[in-house]
Amino acid sequence: MRVHRTSAASLREAAAALLVGVLWLAPAVATAQVHHYSSVTDARLLNPEPQNWLMYRGNYAGWGYSPLDQITTQNARKLTPVWTLGTGVAEGHESPPMVNNGVMFVSTPQNQVLALDAKNGDVLWYYKKDLPDDLLQLHPTNRGVGLYEDKVYLATVDAHLVALDAKTGRVVWDKVVEDYHKGYYCTLAPLIVRGKVMVGTSGGELAIRGFVQAFDARTGDTLWRTYTVPAPGEPGSDTWQGDDWKNGGGSVWIQGTYDPQLNLAFWGVGNAGPWAGDFHTGDNLYTSSVIALDPDSGALKAYHQYHWNDSWDWDEVTPPMLIDVQRSGRPIKGLVHPGRNGYLWVLERGADKISFVDAKAYVRQNAFTSVDPATGRPSYDAEHKPVRGRLVDFCPSLWGGKDWPPAAYNPRTKLVYIPSNDNHCGSLKSKQEEPTKPGQLYLGVEVKDIGLSVYPGSKTIGRLQAWDPNKMERVWAQDFVSHSFGPVLTTGGGLVFQGGTNDRFFRAFDAKNGQMLWEFRTNSGVTAVPMSYMVDGVQYVAVQSGWGVDAERMQGALIAAGYQAKNYGKDVPIPQGGVLWVFAVGK
Amino acid sequence: MDNNVAGRCACFARTLERRAALKVCLGIALGLHFVRPAGVAAVDPKDERPQDGDRLVFADGERAGHVITSADLPLGGPRAMAFPMAPATRLVRDGSRLNKVLVVHLDPGTLAEETQARAADGIVAYSAICTHQGCEAMAWDDVRKTFWCPCHDSKYDPRDNGRVVAGPAPRRLAALPLKVVDGVLAVAGAFSGPVGGQTH
Repeated sequence: MRVHRTSAASLREAAAALLVGVLWLAPAVATAQVHHYSSVTDARLLNPEPQNWLMYRGNYAGWGYSPLDQITTQNARKLTPVWTLGTGVAEGHESPPMVNNGVMFVSTPQNQVLALDAKNGDVLWYYKKDLPDDLLQLHPTNRGVGLYEDKVYLATVDAHLVALDAKTGRVVWDKVVEDYHKGYYCTLAPLIVRGKVMVGTSGGELAIRGFVQAFDARTGDTLWRTYTVPAPGEPGSDTWQGDDWKNGGGSVWIQGTYDPQLNLAFWGVGNAGPWAGDFHTGDNLYTSSVIALDPDSGALKAYHQYHWNDSWDWDEVTPPMLIDVQRSGRPIKGLVHPGRNGYLWVLERGADKISFVDAKAYVRQNAFTSVDPATGRPSYDAEHKPVRGRLVDFCPSLWGGKDWPPAAYNPRTKLVYIPSNDNHCGSLKSKQEEPTKPGQLYLGVEVKDIGLSVYPGSKTIGRLQAWDPNKMERVWAQDFVSHSFGPVLTTGGGLVFQGGTNDRFFRAFDAKNGQMLWEFRTNSGVTAVPMSYMVDGVQYVAVQSGWGVDAERMQGALIAAGYQAKNYGKDVPIPQGGVLWVFAVGK
Repeated sequence: MDNNVAGRCACFARTLERRAALKVCLGIALGLHFVRPAGVAAVDPKDERPQDGDRLVFADGERAGHVITSADLPLGGPRAMAFPMAPATRLVRDGSRLNKVLVVHLDPGTLAEETQARAADGIVAYSAICTHQGCEAMAWDDVRKTFWCPCHDSKYDPRDNGRVVAGPAPRRLAALPLKVVDGVLAVAGAFSGPVGGQTH
């Protein structure tokens, strides 16, 4: 990668700089662009080079794993910042930078994208979506761009999909995914498979009907849309009553995973809408499920519902990781999912079937009484399933055992690393009725009664856990006083990286035993996905720090619940404002 | 519109208006005729912000569309959700959610000076759109006499010019001045500031 300037451009820059300087005393506008950009081909997405991070979790299997091994358990304590970049916006920074042979692309809240020289942090181009004034942003964030060929794809909070020229940042096309006035908005990183850019939408609290939609990567034309809630007459529609399906939720707001052998994309589907299960009696397929879609046609080939008739706001929107596991000596092509419902799920994937293998609670959970060993269908404790007319408590709270922050899998340790929150319980009281107005808050519960409590005697909430998916055993855990919204990265150097706590630290752990090896205090809370890359023989670890969205909301609820712990206080908020941090081992 | 700003210097918080102005200026300076200011599109009257003299009508509930009178607003709350209505044509300006207004009747003696000046017999009105991220589900806290946005837990004091008293909201709610015309509640002027959530 090189940055190149043309003389004509320089002339225009000079004029522009003069005007800009006179008008706003702002720095000069320079024209810089990326030359020798490496096209992101299908082959490269199938086998990403170790030095790059070409998609949300680094590979189609959703591992959050970098094979790079220059930073190790031996030298991690020497990690030091190499360069930083202020993003200029507040709210929850959740996206990983993507790196393609020395060019970095990072997205932020309010739908900015920056192209940077990954080695030194030079800004190569900058884009910001022109967002409408009347936009409602229930979750003001973005979880990353998609890369394909010579374009960068951004799914926006006003429910557009925008294709940018990777070399210049110019808009190639801009397509409406859905009408944001009706509650649809996009926060996920697009999943791109063989020229098809797939996205879903958020809006589970705004009376939407969820879907996955594919666009042609070159033209932006819509290729297919598959709803996560079936219409009457479609398979699964018998799990809904009346018109409930029309606003049945089933949002899709985290990038799916992809199995090239089966040619199936696995998507996690959010909870049924509204939150209160009384409003949508039935099992409510395919909400709180994993669905397997053929990326060529959008056809739904298989599914597994983790829990039926969701009544707890337990989105199961994180897709399963594709992991080979052993069960009773038999190798299984597994789907491994630490659920928001507090259970770790192991499923077996096939061309037209997803089979239940095992499930085990990994946090305190009192809503399930059992899980059917043949089907995986849970039975519920009626005392802990919210219903109309009375306040019902349940564990974990609506933020779940693991919210959206992704877990990771390290093929060297063969462990799954789960960014969990434990010892917290919630309460909800269903309303008798609630008018449905697409685009307006539609929860089905009394807002004033939404509660959070800490299990008596508990002194910790956040818990980074390592699990062996073969034995279904916890191998180690690290507990934090703070709750945690920290996505996980694991590396070939035997490390696990995570932030997520309200004390602003970003940390490295020994992947084998959980020993903390290094920590660094950033500007704000780290709720973004960490990643690793290499340029000119140097390995870097990069992460954005910028507190907000549900990390902030849960913090407020814990304060209201009287959870007194270090760094908590009504008058001392966690500072906001995003900074991208890039670390390397110091000399 | 392509909002790309190539270069090392990106001023990330730059406003759209500034960027549009930048394009115009650059076009003039460089003789690029293809860069021109966008024309001003006609605004649908239903989208127009509240006008002086507009009445207020209930935005929801059984009496949606009915004109709100002082008698409809109990002293001390709760708040009503309203849209402005042009009195001559009876056109309700509900084309934009940014026109949604909170109306509440408070003890005039408890109002701050600036709020008193905008109130009509203790009735005050504010934009119903949370200044944080644009939610409009503004609830009423009858104990503290504050507006409460459950989306992200921001709270505003209607007695003190819509001041933020809790939560992440970055600025106060825009106030809508009121008056009484022939015994009927009416809008007395424009919003006191911008309405809507943050987009940059």
